[in-house]
Amino acid sequence: MNAKLTNSVATAVMWLVGFMILGILIFFLGYILYRGLPVLSFDFMFGKPSDIQAGGGVGPQLFNSFYLLFLSLAISIPLAIGAGIYLAEYARETRLTKIVRLSTESLATVPSIVLGLFGMIIFVNFLGFGFSIISGALTLVLLNLPVLVRVTEESIRTVPKAYGEASLALGATKLQTIWKVILPSALPGIITGITLTAGRALGETAILIFTAGTTVSRYQADTNFFAAGETLAVHMWYLMSTGLVPDRVTIADGIGALLIITILCFNILFMIPLKILQKRMGVVKHL
Amino acid sequence: MYSKDQNHKRRLSYDRYVKYLFIASACLMALIIFSIIFFVGKQGLMTFSQVSPFEFFFTSKWNPMGHQFGALSFIVGSLLVTILAVLIGAPLGLLGALFMAKIAPNWLREIMRPATELYVAIPSIVYGYIGLTLLVPFLREVFHVKSGFGVLAAAIVLAVMILPTIISISEDAICSVPSMMEEASLALGATRWQTMFHVLVPAALPGILTAIILAMARAIGETMAVQMLIGNTPMVAATLFSPTSTLTSNIVVEMGNTPFGSVWGNSLFLMALVLLVISLGMILLIRRLGSRRYA
Repeated sequence: MNAKLTNSVATAVMWLVGFMILGILIFFLGYILYRGLPVLSFDFMFGKPSDIQAGGGVGPQLFNSFYLLFLSLAISIPLAIGAGIYLAEYARETRLTKIVRLSTESLATVPSIVLGLFGMIIFVNFLGFGFSIISGALTLVLLNLPVLVRVTEESIRTVPKAYGEASLALGATKLQTIWKVILPSALPGIITGITLTAGRALGETAILIFTAGTTVSRYQADTNFFAAGETLAVHMWYLMSTGLVPDRVTIADGIGALLIITILCFNILFMIPLKILQKRMGVVKHL
Repeated sequence: MYSKDQNHKRRLSYDRYVKYLFIASACLMALIIFSIIFFVGKQGLMTFSQVSPFEFFFTSKWNPMGHQFGALSFIVGSLLVTILAVLIGAPLGLLGALFMAKIAPNWLREIMRPATELYVAIPSIVYGYIGLTLLVPFLREVFHVKSGFGVLAAAIVLAVMILPTIISISEDAICSVPSMMEEASLALGATRWQTMFHVLVPAALPGILTAIILAMARAIGETMAVQMLIGNTPMVAATLFSPTSTLTSNIVVEMGNTPFGSVWGNSLFLMALVLLVISLGMILLIRRLGSRRYA
């Protein structure tokens, strides 16, 4: 009888925890949107920031966020796919492979502030790029790479061996097989990985404070690699820690909502075509 | 015939060159991690030319202007926040994982999987902001303390942030326990909870430990949320509500004011090195756990 009672209580507690996990998430998202949505207006999202007076916008920061994200992904995706293909398709269990795998895992757990300081030594000081878009983007690459490599490798490994063998048997070269048969089949998984990475990179702060800096260019939408590159997330932190504008809480509310909305869009926009793609190609879901 | 042969040769040489490109990008991963260790290590270890290791690790007087560099309070702060976050987050995450793996009906599982992914997607600065605007005033009201900033506030928010790590990895581990073990236990008359507690969890233990260690690595390296909630005072925390600092929060707060290459700046790099060593140590620990999984 006692065991049965314990079982019922434990089951009830687990239901409670399950709903708590969902509840906290919904509450957090709702709270941020509730505070921030009223702030979002065209002037706020695309207007110029102000240092002292209330009523400034976050236009340059919004632009920088996406520009940095785009640059860092443009650099890291080819590299990560190359490394992932090597690990999944070419590598035998040599010492080199072991080192590469261990490095990828280690890089994934390096705290982002440490990556930020590394970027500061190499890109900001040693290469002399200063606090700029390019320093920030290159340091963000270090954050993106390990996740993308792992996702690419896993996605390629879930492609049935017979696909590649059939292609090779028809006389295709290894490269043709990878490019035309294996990569397309692995694509849904890789796209999911890119989405997750993009969301993480967009909200990243610690890496960018000391590489992209906490100021923006005075030109609107400045694509110069060496322009100052404060992003939305960094601006939010900067406002709350040292900001001088009287409406800094309002601006932070708005940025919070903007970040959450963007990340929700990423997750939804990329997930829907993915589901269709998976159904059509009959690839097993694995992430 | 001749041209076809040439064509084939060209394709084969493409094959070779591209293979080298793949190898190069794989080697880049190793190059990156080694240069991080080298450069952060070199910059950090320069501190010891002017500050003794004993002073840095075992005293807590932090006054860079007065040339006192005791980082003990930051190290204690980091460890305290991490341990407390895991104490709160791990049981919740484990129960959540058991719920998702074995109890939740399918439709609920279909909702909870993407939900845990969303937890990861929320930026840490947003977690910090929620803590700052909601949790800190709440703690202040409920416990009648002066500020509400401190170890407890940071640990609670961190506990939420590490939930997804613990849930997803533990759930994988629990699901990969052979179903025969579970069925045997149920057939012997054990209740579902007894089966979970005495069969599933012990069998999945290596995976669960991996989850907890990864969560600790995430917690100790977390910067923005902690910096907004910890209070940023370089003193060893006396109570759960006294403002203190961690390695990460102190780097963020002070790095902006220090000239690159000064002892002060270098000592911050040394803190980064400590974080780096801890997180690399955790990876090696996980590898050891992984190698004897389900032994």
